[in-house]
Amino acid sequence: MPEQKSPPGGKPNGNDGDLRVIGHARRRVDARAKVTGQTRFADDISLPRMAHCKLLRSPHPHARIRSIDISRALAHPGVYLVLTGKDLPIEYGILPVSQDEQALCLDHVRHVGDPVAAVIAREELTAFEALDLIQVDYEILTTISDPEEALATPTPRIHDYGDEGNIHKRVALEFGNVDQGFAEADEIFEDTFFYQGNTHLPIEQHASVATKDPDGKLTIWTSTQTPHYLHRALAKVLQMPPAHIRVIATPNGGGFGGKSDPFNHEIVVAKAALVLDRPVKICLTREEVFYCHRGRHPVLMKFKTGVKKDGSITAMHLQTLIDGGAYGSYGVASTFYTGALQTTTYHVPRYRFQGCRTFTNKPPCGPKRGHGTVQPRFGQEVQLDKIAEKLQIDPADLRLRIAESSNAVTANFFRLSTVNLSECIRRVVKSSDWREKFRKLPEGHGVGLACSAYLTGAGLPIYWNKMPHSGVQLKFDRGGGVTLFCGATEIGQGSDDVLASIVAEVLGLDTFDIRLYTGDTDLGPVDLGSYSSRVTIMAGNAALQAAERAKALIAEAVAERLSVPVERVRFAEKRVFDSAAPGNGVTFTEAVCLAEARFGTIGTVGSYTPPKSPALYKGGGVGPSPTYSYTAAVVEVVVNPVTGWITVPKIWIAHDIGRALNPTLVRGQVEGSVYMGLGEALMEEQEFRRLPKKLSHALVHKFPSILEYKSPTSLDMPDVFTELVEEPDPKGPFGAKEVGQGPLLPIMPAVANAVYDAIGVRIDEVPITPEKIMKALAEKKAGRAPRFGPSHFPHVEWPEALRVPPPWEGGDGNAINDVPRRDKAKPEQPHKSRTPEKDQVLSS
Amino acid sequence: MMRLPLFAFRAPRTLDEAARILHGEGPDAMPLAGGTDLLPNMKRRQQVPHTLLSLRQIDALRAMRFAELGARLGACLTLSDIASDSRFRNGATALAQAAAQVATPHIRNMATLGGNLCLDTRCNYYDQSYEWRKAINFCMKKDGVTCWVAPSSPKCMAVSSTDTAPALMALGARVRLVSQSGEREISLTDLYNNDGMNYLHRKPDEILAEVLLDSLHDWCSTYWKLRRRGSFDFPVLSVAAAARFGKSGAIEVARIVIGSAASRPLVAEEAAKFLVGRSLTAETIAEAAALAARIAKPLDNTDFDMSWRKKVTAEFVTYALRELRGDDVSAERAAITRMPSI
Repeated sequence: MPEQKSPPGGKPNGNDGDLRVIGHARRRVDARAKVTGQTRFADDISLPRMAHCKLLRSPHPHARIRSIDISRALAHPGVYLVLTGKDLPIEYGILPVSQDEQALCLDHVRHVGDPVAAVIAREELTAFEALDLIQVDYEILTTISDPEEALATPTPRIHDYGDEGNIHKRVALEFGNVDQGFAEADEIFEDTFFYQGNTHLPIEQHASVATKDPDGKLTIWTSTQTPHYLHRALAKVLQMPPAHIRVIATPNGGGFGGKSDPFNHEIVVAKAALVLDRPVKICLTREEVFYCHRGRHPVLMKFKTGVKKDGSITAMHLQTLIDGGAYGSYGVASTFYTGALQTTTYHVPRYRFQGCRTFTNKPPCGPKRGHGTVQPRFGQEVQLDKIAEKLQIDPADLRLRIAESSNAVTANFFRLSTVNLSECIRRVVKSSDWREKFRKLPEGHGVGLACSAYLTGAGLPIYWNKMPHSGVQLKFDRGGGVTLFCGATEIGQGSDDVLASIVAEVLGLDTFDIRLYTGDTDLGPVDLGSYSSRVTIMAGNAALQAAERAKALIAEAVAERLSVPVERVRFAEKRVFDSAAPGNGVTFTEAVCLAEARFGTIGTVGSYTPPKSPALYKGGGVGPSPTYSYTAAVVEVVVNPVTGWITVPKIWIAHDIGRALNPTLVRGQVEGSVYMGLGEALMEEQEFRRLPKKLSHALVHKFPSILEYKSPTSLDMPDVFTELVEEPDPKGPFGAKEVGQGPLLPIMPAVANAVYDAIGVRIDEVPITPEKIMKALAEKKAGRAPRFGPSHFPHVEWPEALRVPPPWEGGDGNAINDVPRRDKAKPEQPHKSRTPEKDQVLSS
Repeated sequence: MMRLPLFAFRAPRTLDEAARILHGEGPDAMPLAGGTDLLPNMKRRQQVPHTLLSLRQIDALRAMRFAELGARLGACLTLSDIASDSRFRNGATALAQAAAQVATPHIRNMATLGGNLCLDTRCNYYDQSYEWRKAINFCMKKDGVTCWVAPSSPKCMAVSSTDTAPALMALGARVRLVSQSGEREISLTDLYNNDGMNYLHRKPDEILAEVLLDSLHDWCSTYWKLRRRGSFDFPVLSVAAAARFGKSGAIEVARIVIGSAASRPLVAEEAAKFLVGRSLTAETIAEAAALAARIAKPLDNTDFDMSWRKKVTAEFVTYALRELRGDDVSAERAAITRMPSI
């Protein structure tokens, strides 16, 4: 296999007008299976002799396990096996720095719903009934329910690692002389915001089936976004060679980040299948999905921003206090993400960020669509609306003045590629008729505008390694068949269609001509997973490289047959021909046979590694990306002044996509983001019930059900007017950037800004509910600040900041008060006493 | 996934046979109509009946008869049957509006009128799985001793969440209850009891067989429902109002019922009395709305903040009375229900 050179992206196959597949609205390759109900999700898998698993979960938010007696459950008719923590004692976790989970809690439960034991039985009902026969003796520990309580309660510790007490992680970064920046400001704005936690709510509940293969190896089918990381976790906990484990990521019925961690139930059924030598299945209830969680972190934020009279930002200081829940999950990355992308939309010349994540006795938070950047984006965009009002500048114009430009390097050393934020703003201003509406609509009616940026793939993998982030293999058979193998996981976002479309475009085929094997660790090369909006750019570029290599072989063989120079060979409409005389050619099938006769069996590979980031400082691993997407949105609201009732009739949104590989899917992702954003803006809450402390230590999820956890339905959707801004980005395959996450981000702040335009009150937290609007209106009536939101940010002992001079202050990407990390790209010494994994600051 | 517990299943073909079985099985048996509420509750072990007595095979319970003097509605008519029938317009509009706003189309195709009238009271300390309820050491309504909504309360505070009951109470409906020993007819208002556990004055061996309505000629009525989403939520406040106007435009008789603000639908008697003999001016409506809202006592066991639910009650009564007066309130209704008007 040839060495990979620079990323192969951005080289369109011929000029734009020649594209036959890319850029055309097409039926996705998996549409037929999905609409006819033939897609096999994990729960659709049923195997002979299959047993069923149920998990006994902790009823206590925080307790020690003194003892577990499983004898009565084991004796229950129909029960095959009962597992406890002793059977799976090895700790695991998605990040190398927080290996803090056990498949079944050994001696410490940390939230209601933490699994303690597993019953595997002939019937699911039997397994459920036997759960009640397990006797667990608990010693109750103090309940820690929120970050302020965690800061004030260093013991008992929820984990025996982390920065201090119940503080998981504290970070502090400073880019340039921030105090000087504030001194140069004409106005300084200080605002506190709160972003409530919420969950992914995929329609498909997590399910897994594991079986011991006839040769003794393990196979697991599971609803996961990250089969490769699960593969590693299974090998670690089960202490099996990875080569003896096969993970098959079944098509996911939605993921949104909620299926990106290795989960306890996956490890449990794998273990049970090995012990019993029969297939074992688990399908979580909706309530259990709420306990897996890994959703949006609740974040309290304080923004201090200095601006000149013309609106340009002189400095920004952001503090975040993050409710992490009971485990690490992606939390260290999430913490950095709350401070990462503030610099990527508008020019921020000096920037200080301090973030603190605490442990609490609630289901663990993690990555949800927009991972860690959604909360501070809300604060930043609402604060900009306040700044614009004070400076008497239209909020759209303010943003146009300060928008970042293409190819900039930010204060925190993120290298931007194409930036079409301004064009996005201009588009929504026009389509929404902004100039005629803003501050001009009748009382109760309002419009709000907000913007965002998001990464197109995380620049670093979860664990330190120098290998590619994605690989694709192509196999060609004599019938003209093209088969694609890749670890990428179809979670509904359309990744299979992306891969098929790229290969089809290069080879002049139709997407339905390509056979795909994806998300299977036995069959395809590694792709790191469907997270961080990375699949289109990374697996897409790998597919592009593999297809181009195959094309070169086939073209050479056909050129020889046609006796024409190889440069003149074209691939289109399932033919390979002389571009100067299109009649002179062969079918694609004949072309493959010619190539096989010439070169032997035809198979090619491609792979992709993101470019190196100039952010060399510790913590600089979170946020770099090959390129960033940009979005602007205008939301219109109607607010009833008597009840506070909010309706959203219309939303206009423009997204900088680079190039839409399949515009139908891109629009679907934009509309899906709008839907999810509206849920977060108006109603979704991962809320907990603390019973009166005198009577109970209980801390329970208030409504772990799809009925009472309120999320909008299709009937609740407003009209959405989507525009795509297309300037092909040199980093993306055919110029494509991400769309899976970015369009979510502007919705929540745009709603808040629209509410202010409608009725003159600021709701500085989400969800924005009628109750909060009424409270803010009451404040307004009483002559106080017309606002609802948090009033203070608690004291946190921040560590000394790593000081990184920005590029315009002569910085080289390193912190001046830390050891230089210039050689980060060089392989670290794996045999040193410290493990390189522990030092790696991780991204997702 | 969640599994149903095991149970015996009986499916009689006549009401007599059903009454006999229910009597014989005792309180461990429960009638099963559409099952849209009972079966999910059973999966959560909120109810664990030994026997389910299906009413689906009994044709008499699906009859709908209209006569000059009124209507008789079989208890097993589905909510879709009611919502789509044009005879429930004008005088009985409130019933059609209420039925049309229950849950989703799929559920309305299964759920019945009788089932909705007998709907178990709801509470977000109670409508939870067995494991969840274990984590709060259960509650008074099932397996526990404390009402967590109001820990010092001697009675359960679960909330009446039926949509059709407030509407039918406003329409002056009666119900026919049949048991092995005989049958009785009571006003629907008297069926309910303000106790979250014993919320029905139905004996365990009685089957709610029919709903009876007097002629609603000359009446007009309306139903307003508060819920988070227009697509499928239970009510967390509702207002049903019905009135007969005299020739002068003054009200001759009125009934206002507030739903989902206590363990039973509440009759706003003072407000109704106040309206008699008056025309619906803005001042009259405001006074009546204030009187009606006074009786609503929402607690912290449903969606939305309880003080806000209390605060908006008068506004909902105002919407209802304005609609009875003939105002075009379709914009308000569309904003709240996110549905086309009936």
